[in-house]
Amino acid sequence: MMLIECPHCGPRDENEFRYGGQAGVAYPERPAELGDEEWAAYVFMRDNPKGWFHERWFHTSGCRTWFTVHRHTVTHEIRP
Amino acid sequence: MNFLFDGRSYTGLPGDTLAAALLRNGVRIVGHSVDLGRPRGVFSAGSEEPNALVQVGADPMVAATTVELHEGLTARSLRGRGRVDPAAADERRCDKGYLHADVLVIGAGPAGLAAALAAGEAGARVILVDEQPRPGGDLLNSRVVLDGAPGQAWAASAAARLAMLPETRILSRTTAIGYYDHNYVVAVERRPGGERLWHLRARRVVLATGAHERSVAFPGNDRPGVMLASAARAYANRYGVLPGRRAVVFACADSGYEAARDLAAAGAEIAAIVDPRGGPDRVTGVVTGVVTGVMTGVVTGTTADGDGVLDGVLVGDRLVEADLLAVAGGWSPVVHLFSQSQGRLRFDEELQAFVPHLSAQAERSAGACRGVYGTAAAIADGLAAGRQAAELTGFAQPVPVPRVPESDEPEPSPPAALWVCGDDPAASFADLHRDVTVADLARATGAGLSSAEHVKRYTTAGTGADQGKTSAVPGVVAALLGTGPGTTTFRPPYTPVSFATLAGRDRGPLSDPIRVTAMHDAHVARGAVFEDVGQWKRPWYFPLPGETMEEAVERECRAARTGVAAMDASTLGKIDIRGRDAGLFLDRVYTNLYSTLPVGSCRYGVMCTADGMVFDDGVTSRLADDHFLMTTTTGNAAQVLDWLEEWHQTEWPRLEVAFTSVTDHWATVAVAGPGARRVVAAIAPEAVDLPFMTFTEFAHGRVFRISFSGELAFEINVPWPYGRAVWERVLELGAVPYGTETMHVLRAEKGFAIVGQETDGTVTPQDLGMGWIVSRRKPDFVGKRSHARPDTARTGRKTLIGLDTHVPEGAQLTLDGRMVGHVTSSYPRAVLAMARGVGEGQRLVAHDGGREIPVTVVAPVFYDPENLRRDGDPFVQGGVSSFEPVRHSPAGNFAARFEAASKERVRLREVPFVPMWEVRGQDPGRGLRLGPAWWLVTGERPEGGVEVSGQRTVLEISGPGAREVLLTGCPIDLHPSVFTGHAQTSLAKAGVILERVGQDAYRIYVRSSFAAYLSEWLLDALTAYVASFRK
Ligand SMILES: [Zn+2]
Repeated sequence: MMLIECPHCGPRDENEFRYGGQAGVAYPERPAELGDEEWAAYVFMRDNPKGWFHERWFHTSGCRTWFTVHRHTVTHEIRP
Repeated sequence: MNFLFDGRSYTGLPGDTLAAALLRNGVRIVGHSVDLGRPRGVFSAGSEEPNALVQVGADPMVAATTVELHEGLTARSLRGRGRVDPAAADERRCDKGYLHADVLVIGAGPAGLAAALAAGEAGARVILVDEQPRPGGDLLNSRVVLDGAPGQAWAASAAARLAMLPETRILSRTTAIGYYDHNYVVAVERRPGGERLWHLRARRVVLATGAHERSVAFPGNDRPGVMLASAARAYANRYGVLPGRRAVVFACADSGYEAARDLAAAGAEIAAIVDPRGGPDRVTGVVTGVVTGVMTGVVTGTTADGDGVLDGVLVGDRLVEADLLAVAGGWSPVVHLFSQSQGRLRFDEELQAFVPHLSAQAERSAGACRGVYGTAAAIADGLAAGRQAAELTGFAQPVPVPRVPESDEPEPSPPAALWVCGDDPAASFADLHRDVTVADLARATGAGLSSAEHVKRYTTAGTGADQGKTSAVPGVVAALLGTGPGTTTFRPPYTPVSFATLAGRDRGPLSDPIRVTAMHDAHVARGAVFEDVGQWKRPWYFPLPGETMEEAVERECRAARTGVAAMDASTLGKIDIRGRDAGLFLDRVYTNLYSTLPVGSCRYGVMCTADGMVFDDGVTSRLADDHFLMTTTTGNAAQVLDWLEEWHQTEWPRLEVAFTSVTDHWATVAVAGPGARRVVAAIAPEAVDLPFMTFTEFAHGRVFRISFSGELAFEINVPWPYGRAVWERVLELGAVPYGTETMHVLRAEKGFAIVGQETDGTVTPQDLGMGWIVSRRKPDFVGKRSHARPDTARTGRKTLIGLDTHVPEGAQLTLDGRMVGHVTSSYPRAVLAMARGVGEGQRLVAHDGGREIPVTVVAPVFYDPENLRRDGDPFVQGGVSSFEPVRHSPAGNFAARFEAASKERVRLREVPFVPMWEVRGQDPGRGLRLGPAWWLVTGERPEGGVEVSGQRTVLEISGPGAREVLLTGCPIDLHPSVFTGHAQTSLAKAGVILERVGQDAYRIYVRSSFAAYLSEWLLDALTAYVASFRK
């Protein structure tokens, strides 16, 4: 069980959080103007690196804040 | 102490293990091996035991070397594997607990004790975990002299110093079984009444797990009477038991000489010492006089008596008569936890063993587990490790570092690089527990397997309960392959764990949190049959005496269609949505428009995920310009709140809107049927003339005129404490209670789809025939763009249809032998399905197991297609009495039990009816801060507060034992130096706000629906605590 540092509550067990996938995938400003490929890329395509990954977490059982961390997908090392 | 083994009565001594007691009574054969059924005896003196596995009570397979003797102990030997007896009563009361430390030290041998002392005396919070009944590790088994006194005295004094440190906790009889991410260690504490599973989290870990002596694979090495040299020494020194009268010592390592010396001192005759390393220079001072000479060579075989028990040892062509063969094959550092932590190992040629190489976590090994042998060296290493751990966690060294004592042990010399000898590979066991011989391993390598992992899977070597801790497998495989030893991955658990231990107190009614509504006790009293919806217990139907389910549902439906009926709809998710941009926000998450909804009106809405698929639905009402109340499906309430907050926080943070869950605050009674007005009039007269899809406030809450059955219907919302009274009143007024089954029948007859029933994450609103709810006017909403994707916009997708024949839910539908869809809801008068490319009147085949049932497609509306029933019967003025409901608090029923269970050390009570408010945005200047710009305030109403008095209740636990009770279910660090105020976290898997309100007093703010479950859990925890405290 990973220990994740919530910026508001401090370190808490992983099961207090919900995983939010890759960080920095913004909702397109004008979806109607995007082609099918571009829209599908937003909806369905995410990176899946072996190594450092910038990702989102949501502190569901605590302060209910969304935040991002960098996590190493092999070692589970986490840094802000 | 009397005990029974295989039905025979024996006597042992206090402090004996079962293995020691059996040896004391001359029992040589303690079981038969798993596959070959060969007689086996005690092989080790610890948890690494491969042979002496026995059944004790309900535990089908435990090592006799780890079972502490007690009066009346009953054990049985095993033939082959242990078997779980499902009928056996398991009287254990297991538990769990969460602890946090600066430094966790695993193992209380010389290195571990030293590490704990160095870290603890520097001021760090230390937890010392040790498998044995008391600290000392190998010092308990040896006769080493430290500073002129027995080593055990050093251990006792170190333990006494640790006991004086207020922040150091020693967990004896506790085995660390797993090392997981971020220094999360799980350990099992053996207690007389049942184990306790400890979840330990530490900033630094010191592994001081020692080393296991290992075996050598030679012919006949599995006979009763063959034993590890360290074990023979332990039985002689610690238990005063001679495991044999005439011993041969096979000394591939120096520990053989130590065993020879101690066995001789205990009265055994040393017939021979066999040392492959050579001549007399190995005979150190300690064994002078014990034996006349040392034989250079190896053991090549053994002989046995008629029972299969050892009676001789072959060294080449010489036979030495002996009833004990003590094997010192060398040492395997216990690197299991290090390996589990993802640390990398390396093979040390001089030590002939795997040792830790590269750490992956905030951890360091000390002493024998990293190949540092000898008591003084281990102590020095432990002190260094403890000091380092303290420094790294912020505890510099103001105190003098404990001194390393002088030891009388000679310098250790390297062991022989010997893993296999003799020339009968089929009789030479490399893994005793799994009955894997050298010949089996040779077959594996001969078949071309060249990695240790593959050989393990092919032969099962190392997969037994002991995980091959004493086995010679790595070295034998290396010898067969002519390579260096390769290791396999060590996996948790380090020692076997029973499921009862893992379950702890999470059994029966406490196995999972249960949510109930304010009316639950009334439903129970009426004999409702419940169904689980998520964690909720919902009444499924309300049978009258003698009624079947079908009859009850038919009666409930008839009441709703022709008279008046009532359902507890409290489980629907409810979210209070406030702020200037609330309407705009809802426009973006719902497919239809909300910003245009007039104040006082309600609107049904559907939400989609970004891929355009239906995610949830419900009715949202506009309470004021900037204030909405959203309802969600029962199962999705938490996900919808998450969803709203995700979009608000991550995409549209500038929108001024805030969300507050009020699911538990409002109890909801749905009153449905043409006669509903009569009932509602007696409770909320102002609601009688409400137009469809509007609401009104009344003295105790709100009444909404919304319907999910096609009939005239109202939903009465009152705060939790009034829920039960309103429910009882509605039933007194003649409404027939109905459950979820009738609700489903009524909605299916109207053709209303249910999220999660007709939908499965691949269904759009258009697929459900609900294109009308998808706005074309709005520029965008979540999911809109996906509705134009080629796959969602195409024709020929599965759509909602009706069928004319009652076929089971889940039945597949075919047309001309092609699969076209499946049945999603099925009741006698209404069958819904999702199918592609079919139209009304078309004939399909439904497949139910082997049966093929012809069906015809019909419109998915089976009742009142013109919506003529919606307005019900007109209201006839009648005598309306005033309604003054009584209040019930969520844990009110527990008052007497709380009182009875409260003891001097722990007290429990409910603080009912606390007025509570949630505030967003502006700091109210009081209350508990729950998150950024989020507070819970009690007492007087703060400005802009959302009332949540019914959302939670307060349970208070106090007394010097309160923290110990809480830490059996609360994973956060409750240490007074860390937990000073309050936190939102979980207790017993239920979400709570925990507030420390005094030295030993805590308030638990728990959702009202979880209050009964948590009350039961707390009572159970308190009982367990009081019982353990008495012992
Ligand atoms: Zn948080």
